[in-house]
Amino acid sequence: MASDAHGADEGGLVFHPMDQFIVKPLFGGDTVAWYTPTNMTLWLGFAILAVIAILVLSTSKRAIVPGRGQSIAELAYGFIYKMVEDICGKEGVKFFPYIMTLFMFIVCANFLGMIPTAFTPTSHFAVTAVLALMVFITVTVLGFVKNGTAFLGLFWVSSAPLALRPVLAIIELISYFVRPVSHSIRLAGNVMAGHAVIKVFAGFAAIAVISPVSVLAITAMYGLEVLVSFIQAYVFTILTCVYLKDALHPSH
Amino acid sequence: MATQTQDASHGAADAAHAAADSAPGMPQLAFETFPNQIFWLLVTLVVIYLVLSRVALPRIGAILAERQGTITNDLAAAEDLKAKAVEAEEAYNKALADARAEAQRIAAETRAEIQVGLDEAIAKADAEIAAKAAESEKAIAEIRAGALESIQAVATDTAGELVTALGGKADAKAVAGAVQTRMKG
Repeated sequence: MASDAHGADEGGLVFHPMDQFIVKPLFGGDTVAWYTPTNMTLWLGFAILAVIAILVLSTSKRAIVPGRGQSIAELAYGFIYKMVEDICGKEGVKFFPYIMTLFMFIVCANFLGMIPTAFTPTSHFAVTAVLALMVFITVTVLGFVKNGTAFLGLFWVSSAPLALRPVLAIIELISYFVRPVSHSIRLAGNVMAGHAVIKVFAGFAAIAVISPVSVLAITAMYGLEVLVSFIQAYVFTILTCVYLKDALHPSH
Repeated sequence: MATQTQDASHGAADAAHAAADSAPGMPQLAFETFPNQIFWLLVTLVVIYLVLSRVALPRIGAILAERQGTITNDLAAAEDLKAKAVEAEEAYNKALADARAEAQRIAAETRAEIQVGLDEAIAKADAEIAAKAAESEKAIAEIRAGALESIQAVATDTAGELVTALGGKADAKAVAGAVQTRMKG
């Protein structure tokens, strides 16, 4: 954006940090209809293959003493299972496949996005917003189905002084509806920002004097992004669990 | 903001950015791609969900449960073996104690037997010794009696001889009476 104009001023430098996020039809053509296979479709497909490789192919031997691949699959399973059980309790366990799907999809999409020239589906608000809205709608519907109107007790802080409760109720209500927004923008924003920053540093590498610094900076950012890839998937998943807990046990 | 910068870059480098300009400044906000993104995302999620819930998660869960079962079984077996070892040790100790008691009993019995034999032998020996002692005493008494008689005879003879030697006339009867009187003291 700003760097676009900046690059144009300097003449030699060309910055297109956001071009990597453009959704393009995979087999030529200009229009992107709802069914057109795009570069996003390709990388979503790679994410599916990665999930299958990590969780299905690696466990095909069903070894009692696990190998490397199976250890990773078991680790992922145990990690999310424990998270769901710890936060949501025993009733939350039936949502485990759903939460595991979210986690594995985000982790695989994030890490595949770290491959140079790759496309990162989780950097798009459309994608993360759908993920977050699915959680939001699930939690809201589940909350009312399971608790009836008692679910509204979530907004009525009974431990606060009576005079404060209406005010708190409004704040709670706003924060409840802001959840899907923050939930989705946190993930897409982090991923997008990291990728864009790497691209900006890469643009500077065109100047010979700065290029060593640029390469170092790209390396450092890449390391940070690897961390962010995992941490954001973790954060998204744990927040999903926390929201789900609200639906299952709405009392404060 | 995105559209603003979009305009700025439009003005600055029209030709260079001709391709990129077809998309807005932030491709994330290219709303015409949203249906496409959402459609493929939902397809992806459904596929991943089916793969996980039908294949991957039950399989991994079964593997973990099986391992847990194996570990539990092994632990139980180890516990069993440990109990058996303790049992064996107890049996060994019991056998040892039994053997020791048996040995003590045998020793005591033997000692008692020996004691009985010993007592018998001692009694027999005592009786023999007593008999021998009585015999010896009798012999000594005889000898003593014999000696007294001899002494009297010798004394009478000697006294008679002395009387004769001193020029007297030895009256055998008187001498014998005198010796007898002397010897009685």
